[in-house]
Amino acid sequence: MSLIVCRDLVKTYSMGETDVHALRGVSLTITAGECVAIMGASGSGKSTVMNILGCLDVPTSGTYELDGVDVSTLGANRLADIRNRKIGFVFQNFNLIPRTTARENVQLPLFYRGIPSREQQALALRALERVGLAGRERHHPSQLSGGQQQRVAIARALVTNPILILADEPTGNLDSQASREIMDMLTRLNTQEKMTIVLVTHEPEIAQYAHRVITMKDGIILSDRPVAESQASPVVMEQAGG
Amino acid sequence: MNLLAMTVLVAFRILSRHRLRSALTMLGIIIGVGAVIAMVSIGQGAKAAVQAQIATYGTNVITVYPGSINVSGVRTGLGGAVTLTSADIEELGKLPHVTDVGWSRREAVQIVHENRNWFTSVNGVVLGYLTIRNWSLDAGDLFIQTDIDAASKVILLGKTVVDNLFLPGEDAIGATVRLKNIPFRVVGTLAAKGFDSRGTDQDDVVFIPFSTAERKVMGTKFIGSIGAGFLSAEAPEYMDQVAADVKRVLRQRHKIRGDQDDDFTVRNQLDTVKLQEGTSESMTLMLLAVASISLLVGGIGIMNILLVSVTERTREIGIRMAVGAKRRHILLQFLVEAVVISAFGGLIGVVIGVAGAKVASNFAGWPTIISSHSMFIAFGFSALVGVFFGLYPANKASRLNPIDALRYE
Repeated sequence: MSLIVCRDLVKTYSMGETDVHALRGVSLTITAGECVAIMGASGSGKSTVMNILGCLDVPTSGTYELDGVDVSTLGANRLADIRNRKIGFVFQNFNLIPRTTARENVQLPLFYRGIPSREQQALALRALERVGLAGRERHHPSQLSGGQQQRVAIARALVTNPILILADEPTGNLDSQASREIMDMLTRLNTQEKMTIVLVTHEPEIAQYAHRVITMKDGIILSDRPVAESQASPVVMEQAGG
Repeated sequence: MNLLAMTVLVAFRILSRHRLRSALTMLGIIIGVGAVIAMVSIGQGAKAAVQAQIATYGTNVITVYPGSINVSGVRTGLGGAVTLTSADIEELGKLPHVTDVGWSRREAVQIVHENRNWFTSVNGVVLGYLTIRNWSLDAGDLFIQTDIDAASKVILLGKTVVDNLFLPGEDAIGATVRLKNIPFRVVGTLAAKGFDSRGTDQDDVVFIPFSTAERKVMGTKFIGSIGAGFLSAEAPEYMDQVAADVKRVLRQRHKIRGDQDDDFTVRNQLDTVKLQEGTSESMTLMLLAVASISLLVGGIGIMNILLVSVTERTREIGIRMAVGAKRRHILLQFLVEAVVISAFGGLIGVVIGVAGAKVASNFAGWPTIISSHSMFIAFGFSALVGVFFGLYPANKASRLNPIDALRYE
């Protein structure tokens, strides 16, 4: 079943007098349960795709269907609802709210969903347990290591049981040890809990964790192939990485 | 409810994180509300004091004075006419809604007791006068009707006169004092009234029966001629009507034709009260102006700090939006912060204002009245200021684009 169906996504930003064409027609389909990596250099349009997939932005033209719903024409409030219920975000810089405990950070999406406070706390604690942070619920982000902060962020993404997890450079600010842990955790969510994961990265080794790698350049998809194949053609990789 | 309670909690936490900043932001509101509460308390205290002073004149009193007459083109000024008589006033007593009448005639005399003497004003009065003008006894007795009928040589002394004619501890009741060499027996001393609204000592006075004054002390050019007549009305709402009736009846009795001037003057106590109320109204308006200016300044302070806060917390707003906060959630959050600042400031302002009023009454001796009414209004207004000045920053925060907010450094 197709979870994500994008057709001819175009995104144009106007910067004063000149128009910047971030996306020039991107079509892609992602099936539920997939683990997809989107690669490309900065300016390739991968972040724009990510923002549109995450309902943080709407395309200038083209359609985006998420879970059978055309979201490309929805208003801000409906998009907020979809982000709240269907999508979990993991960002490069963790994006936790400072001076707020790990549990409260994880509770945040539940708070905006309007569920009772007691239930919020119970669900948040369970999510923290799942990412191996039981006992750290009272810590503030500044009291946690980078890897731990990213795990809080993953707990926050998981707590609502989303159908899609979007990870934007999830290991960009982590050392290799922590990177491996975070990627193991994400792959486990994919293999064991059949969660659909889309991750954006410019690091080939991180992309290896995915089953399918989409490479972008200058606002279009350059290649879209399973991981085994992309490993077999290092030429493409180099091109994509450059 | 859950959402609102949580939002208030978060607002408190954020504000307590920046204690100095929050306190300084509140200062404008605190000063504004505090000043208003203190000033209103002092103002209301002063108003009550003046009203009490007006009440010493008596309640619902209408006063009739003889007017000016024109003698061959020379106008005599107020009181020049001798045509206002006790009979006129007695007649006025039959008007509807008039409960009591009285009259008096005054002269300045030297009053002597043994080797002491004092220059004061002697008033020939009837019993109705003493009732209407609210005179009460300190010691002894008031006149009785027989004193008036028989023109007895009895006298009532005001506090100031007692103080000047008698030594401390000396009993005035039963003593003999002399007016124009006529001996009078002191039957009573009067309770002090203090100064009237024009600053005259109301206690520097002595009373003798009207008949005694007319026949034995002052003499008269016109039988029954009086210095002033007094009527008390049943209730304040009848006073204008009674005053109009008095005018009509007197014109009739004095045979004054349509275009001629009155030979009397009618004073309605309500006019004095209204004058006073007018003064306190303009005072209230001024207070209101001061209050609104300080609340305005306080509100701008809140708006300013909230704009800074929105900028500082742009990333946080982006995160909240990414996990599903809607515009109204963000709007509510900043609005609640603004209201918490202003309402909290208002609360502190009320406390400081009340304390200030207490200090004023304890140390400066000013009468103050602290009304819960003004406290609620001031507090309510400060909360409204929060809503009003919080709206712009909150709206600005809620309109942020989630992507821009997330990427904000």
